Amino acid sequence: MIRKFIAKAYIWILLVILYAPIALIAIFSFTESKVLGNWTGFSLGLYRNLANSGMDGGSSLLSAVENTLVIALAAAVFSTVLGTVAAIGMYYLRGGKRKVINFMNNIPMLNPDIITGVSLFLLFIFIHLTQGYVSVILAHITFCTPYVVLSVLPKMGQMNPNIYEAARDLGATQIQAMRKVVLPQLVPGMVSGFILAFTMSLDDFAVTFFTRGTIGLDTLSTYIYTDARKGGLTPELRPLMTLIFIAILILLIIINVREQKLAQKSELKK
Amino acid sequence: MGKDNHIIEINHLSKSYGDVDVLKDINLYINKGEFITFLGPSGCGKTTLLRLIGGFAHPDEGSIIMDGKDITTVPPHLRPLNTVFQKYALFPHLDVYDNVAFGLKLNNVPQDEIDKRVRKMLKMVSMADYEDRDIDSLSGGQQQRVAIARALANMPKVLLLDEPLSALDAKMRKDMQIELKELHKKMGITFIFVTHDQEEALTMSDTIVVMKEGRIQQIGTPTDIYNEPVNEFVANFIGESNILDATMIEDRKVNFIGHDFECVDEGFGNDTPVDVVIRPEDIYIMNQLNGAQFSGHVTSCTFKGVFYEIFVQTDAGYELMIQDYNPFEIGTEVGMLIKPQDIQVMHKSCTRNEMDAEVIDDTHLRIFSEEFECKPLGGKYEAGATVRVGVNFNKVDLQDNQEDGILWGEVSNILYKGDHYHLLIRIDTGEDLLVDTNDIWDKGDLVGIKIAPKDIKIIG
Repeated sequence: MIRKFIAKAYIWILLVILYAPIALIAIFSFTESKVLGNWTGFSLGLYRNLANSGMDGGSSLLSAVENTLVIALAAAVFSTVLGTVAAIGMYYLRGGKRKVINFMNNIPMLNPDIITGVSLFLLFIFIHLTQGYVSVILAHITFCTPYVVLSVLPKMGQMNPNIYEAARDLGATQIQAMRKVVLPQLVPGMVSGFILAFTMSLDDFAVTFFTRGTIGLDTLSTYIYTDARKGGLTPELRPLMTLIFIAILILLIIINVREQKLAQKSELKK
Repeated sequence: MGKDNHIIEINHLSKSYGDVDVLKDINLYINKGEFITFLGPSGCGKTTLLRLIGGFAHPDEGSIIMDGKDITTVPPHLRPLNTVFQKYALFPHLDVYDNVAFGLKLNNVPQDEIDKRVRKMLKMVSMADYEDRDIDSLSGGQQQRVAIARALANMPKVLLLDEPLSALDAKMRKDMQIELKELHKKMGITFIFVTHDQEEALTMSDTIVVMKEGRIQQIGTPTDIYNEPVNEFVANFIGESNILDATMIEDRKVNFIGHDFECVDEGFGNDTPVDVVIRPEDIYIMNQLNGAQFSGHVTSCTFKGVFYEIFVQTDAGYELMIQDYNPFEIGTEVGMLIKPQDIQVMHKSCTRNEMDAEVIDDTHLRIFSEEFECKPLGGKYEAGATVRVGVNFNKVDLQDNQEDGILWGEVSNILYKGDHYHLLIRIDTGEDLLVDTNDIWDKGDLVGIKIAPKDIKIIG
């Protein structure tokens, strides 16, 4: 009895510790005090400020959010395409070559962000690429692609290797066989690769920081960093983070429910 | 049967992967409308041959002619033939209808024609009610039918089938064999079937091509192949058989198991070592010695459903397998008789091991890259010279421990010859050694190999 209680308490304590910071921010997003921890009465003022600053288009906070989303979307789209093509190619490599490429694919994922960031920074200077939007997106594609490869490659393995040949046999050219038969088998892997790339890009700080150049391009993470250094966080960050957290939560629930339904469906068939 | 009747001609086809020669100089023609089967154990190259015909791999040498046109380098989607793959290879994201319609849509067949043809094909394989079903919801047999319908929907001139029944259970396999055969009759097109199951090949085919290690061993009708195998491999692979060492005394007279027998074969020469094959159902067995050619006693008798499988120890000490409708009690003395036309005489591929050796010194030779002691050469050869040596099958000494031998190898084939085992040993360097022994070994055993100095004979 006591053991059961302890076991349960352990889980709850863990969850509380994990979620307390987020809960704190969410709670204090409904008050207008400048400093966190100082409750000055319930108010939606911060949310109103956030929405209004979006209207006049002048807020650097909202433009940072917009930059973050655009960069994440672009990086995710390009790395999904690149990663899928790479995974298909890697699958057809034989033995040793595949191992080597696989190993090389793993290095960027384990490499500390700071090293990726600095080395890309130096590379962009070396090739005289103006640092800004393009360089940040290129940098994000670089570290997102390996994750896509990693989520698509197993789907290639699960696929019946003969279906590509079957398509060719029935009259499909190489490109038709890829598009009509192989690609549809890879979609689940591509979707999870896309989501992974999107989130990796969203919360990247180090690489962005080194590759954004000096034109004043800010993503959410670099904005918060500079904001915090200026002394105290802008209070409007609290409602913004709450909203982002809720959006992610909803997304996760949708994905989980969908997966459960798919699993049930395939159970039923058997 | 002129050349006009050939739908496919295969000339000097060779293919290797890395340093493994999968196909070696294959020559073959396939007649219009025939059901031809490539039969052989795994690794014999039958699937590779089918893949070359299908266009999924390209030969290193040789050509494939179809309907008078060279299709050796034509990509698979432009070849007028379709394939049924081993594991069906249906498209899991499409339903039954769209799977069958896949090829027709690619070829821009009008929609109403697609409808008509898909329905007809599904009806032909008795899957008419399954149009909207997902592939994953079908059983193995049903998936196989859809795969066949899909391949036939394109109206190919030749249908390739790559071990299509191997994933089905025994009962389903039998049913599908009959259905495939009927389908073949109905469609009237050429079927090229690949299998390792000799029974399947015998039941279904018009022509069987028996393959082993990348070479064609024999081409013929099922009855030809069964009754007149050209060598011990074919005899052993197709059906049960007694394979025995024999000596061709003269035309129409052969000696084996210690007796002379009348046979129908000629032209082997006098006193030539040969192999004979006698099918177990071709040995007549009776409870009396009167009228028998030789005698023996029963060592075992097992009921096999339709017949009894009887093992007999003959008067000269050979063990024979016999099939008969009547049971015989163990230990009884029986008489046996073999008719001349039931004795199939075959050339021996060789009568002893022969290989090149390098002279090291007067009493040592290098054989298969290892050093063997031999009888003094008497200074006839210089060190480094190459000589041809011969070793009789029964003079190769096999050891349990690999380390005890000068060479080591793996038992890769075993043939029982009535009173001894005939083994094929694959040496670690890739060469083969044939060995006659009374000891029992299993396939895959690793053995040490020794040869006594006096048994290594210089033959040139």
